[in-house]
Order: sequence, then C-alpha cells, then structure tokens
Amino acid sequence: MTDKSAYTYVQLDVHQLGVRRGGVMVISNLSFTVKAQAALMVSGPNGVGKTSLLRALSGLLECETGVAKLGQENLATNMLHYVGHGEGLKGQLTITENLNFMFDLLGEPDEERPNIDGLLSKIGLLQQRNQMASDLSAGQKRRAAMARLFMVPRQVWLLDEPFTALDLGGRVWLSEAVRAHCQAGGIVVAASHEPLDFATQYLTLEAGV
Amino acid sequence: MRAAYSVLCVDILLAWRLGSISLVLAFLFIALTLVPFGVGPELALLKRLAPGLLWVVIILALLLSLDRLFQSDAEDGGFDQLMLSSQPLELLVLAKLVAHFIAIILPLSLVLPIAGFLVNIDIAALFPLVVSVLVAGPALCALGAIGSALAVSVRRAGLLTALIVMPLYVPVLVFGANSAQMALLGGGIALDAILVLAAMSLAAMLLAPLAISAALRGLAS
Repeated sequence: MTDKSAYTYVQLDVHQLGVRRGGVMVISNLSFTVKAQAALMVSGPNGVGKTSLLRALSGLLECETGVAKLGQENLATNMLHYVGHGEGLKGQLTITENLNFMFDLLGEPDEERPNIDGLLSKIGLLQQRNQMASDLSAGQKRRAAMARLFMVPRQVWLLDEPFTALDLGGRVWLSEAVRAHCQAGGIVVAASHEPLDFATQYLTLEAGV
Repeated sequence: MRAAYSVLCVDILLAWRLGSISLVLAFLFIALTLVPFGVGPELALLKRLAPGLLWVVIILALLLSLDRLFQSDAEDGGFDQLMLSSQPLELLVLAKLVAHFIAIILPLSLVLPIAGFLVNIDIAALFPLVVSVLVAGPALCALGAIGSALAVSVRRAGLLTALIVMPLYVPVLVFGANSAQMALLGGGIALDAILVLAAMSLAAMLLAPLAISAALRGLAS
C-alpha cells in the first residue's frame, strides 16, 4: 500500500482458454488481450461463464485448454488478487484479526505487513476495527474483502461483481482505486452486469461461443 | 510457514469463540450419565464396560465437531483464500487438523478422568485410556476430516459425515478400547496396541491432507 512501486507495463494475453464446469464446457476457445494499464469489463448473460473465466484466470479452476500470459510469463497466483462472491471473512474474528489473517495467507514476508489501521481507514472501516465480521453489513464486508488489494501490490486484479452491495461512496472509492492501480501499470479484469465507470476495455461473452 | 501457523491459530481461536468444545463435552457427559440408567447401577458391570463405553462415546462426541470443520470455509469463500495462498493447500489443511486436535481432542482427554467416574472406571484403566485417546487423537481428527471434506458440498452434512467416518473409525476404536481394556486385566499399559495407534495416527496425518486437499480442489471446480 505504501510503496506503490510501478509495475513494468505489460499486457495480459489469454489464448484459446477452455474451462469445464460441472461436466460442461462453459468457456471454449476464448482469446483476448487486456492492454497494459487497462481495465477490462467482462459482461454477458447469467451462466455464460464470467465467474468461471475469473476463477480460471486466478488458478482456482483448472483450465482445460489454453494459457494466460502476463507479458512473457504465465499468469500465477502470486501476481494477482482475486475478489469473488465469497468474502472469505471469518464471522467470529474482528475486522483487524481478519485482515491480519488475510495478509498471512497471502504469504508475503512479515516485514511487508501493512499498517492495519492505515488500511482500515483507507477502506473506511476504522470505526469498526474491533467489531466481529458477522456484525458488518454486506457492503462493509465487501469493503473488507477489497482490503487485500491494498495490502500487497500485485499487478493483476480480478474482481467479480465489484460493485455489488457497495454504496455510492464505496463505488467512487473503488473506481478511484482501480484507476490509480491502472495508472501504476496494473491490469484489472472485472465481471459485472452493471456499467463500471472505470472500464477502458470491454468484452461481452455470448452463450455458445 | 507463517500462513500455516496463522491458520492454526485462527482455527483454535474460532473453535474457542464458537464454543465447539463445550458442545462436545456436554454430549460426552450427558451420554455417560445415561449409561447407568440403561444398564443398571451395578458397579462391577460398569467397571468392566467403562473403557469401551468411554471410547464409543468419545467417537460419537467427536462426530459432532466434524461437520463444522470445513463447512464454514466452504460457505464464506475461505477455501478460495486457502487455495490462492502461496503455501501448498496440503500444508494449510494439516494446520487445520492440528488445530482441531488441540481445540477438541486435547481438552476432551483432559476431562476423561472426571467423565470416567460417571461409569465407575477403574483407576488403573484411567491412565491407559487417556494415553490411548491422545495417541489415537490425530488419527481421529484426520479420518474425520476426510469425511467432513467429502460431504462439505452437502447442506446439513452432519449425518452424511457420520456415515462416511464411522466405518473408518472402527480400527482405531478396536485398538483404542482394547488398550484401555487390557489395563483392567492387570496388564498395565498395552504398549503394542498403543504403538499400532501411533502408527495409524502418523499415517493418517500424513495421508489425510492429500485426500482432503484433493476433495476440496474438486469442490472448487
């Protein structure tokens, strides 16, 4: 968070991606490129494979075919942040404990641990620092889940329905964060039904493609 | 390594805050209280039954703690985080197993001397019983966790978990109850049975994380 070291400007190439989910190919032969510093918005009807695409890029889902490359390197989990539908917050831990746990799981060296209070004020939850996560509203949980984006700088952000449950202020805040990230050379892929004002590139998935 | 240590601490803390152990202990005491009503207050009979009874009730009590082992992670997206961690999933799963051992089995074996009096356990059998439960504990955790991981995608998986796990528990039960029973016959601690239990525990702790991780990865896709 503190050292926004600019990334080398590279693009994200997805080549002939195929993903199987529940025995059905939800995505087959999908190729696209996200330019350096771009924010790609993925849209399309329900069930077309937006979440599967993000999960496949993150490495949570195994790709049947194809490859994703960031510059010359294959995209790996330590180059990206994934914020999906589940917040992954433990209801019986306080927000501060949750964020510390989140950082530990990311597996970065301990010296890199950000100031949690600073992080909390950045995501607007400083007041709630000692509240149990189960007591937070859906939007507040969403903000807490986003905290990982600012904990450890990683070039690729994969966001699934990033605006869900966020209030107007939250949306402005997230948009600004995404723009700043792209400015520094980051790449964002976001799946959404709603228009995302930070998007600079668009991809529409269609059924049966 | 810190990720695994953190999983260990968080799981113990969560088990404590959720009161998992009180549920297990309450079940243990209630079930043992019922036994004299069922078989009659004949002290000599109870004394003979006690080690086996305790073992059976311990296993049933443990089943209660199993269904929440992975369920909450599956519901709140915690698995995604575990899988996206830079640490291998197997190591993190092992940390969860160790946490379950510390949070549930350890306190359970500590109250056995008290629980044993409800069924008039022989003092001579008490120490071998506690040792057998402690030595078999990792195996109980690991085997139970396999069942829990396989059933995790099912809502209200408690019963299904029990059905999967109980057959797996049979060998542990045989040697565990046997080692405690031997003490009644004046044999002291049955070292060979304890060693077999130790072997089961080591093998289970080594292999179960692989099986559980495979089950959880299958769940993700």
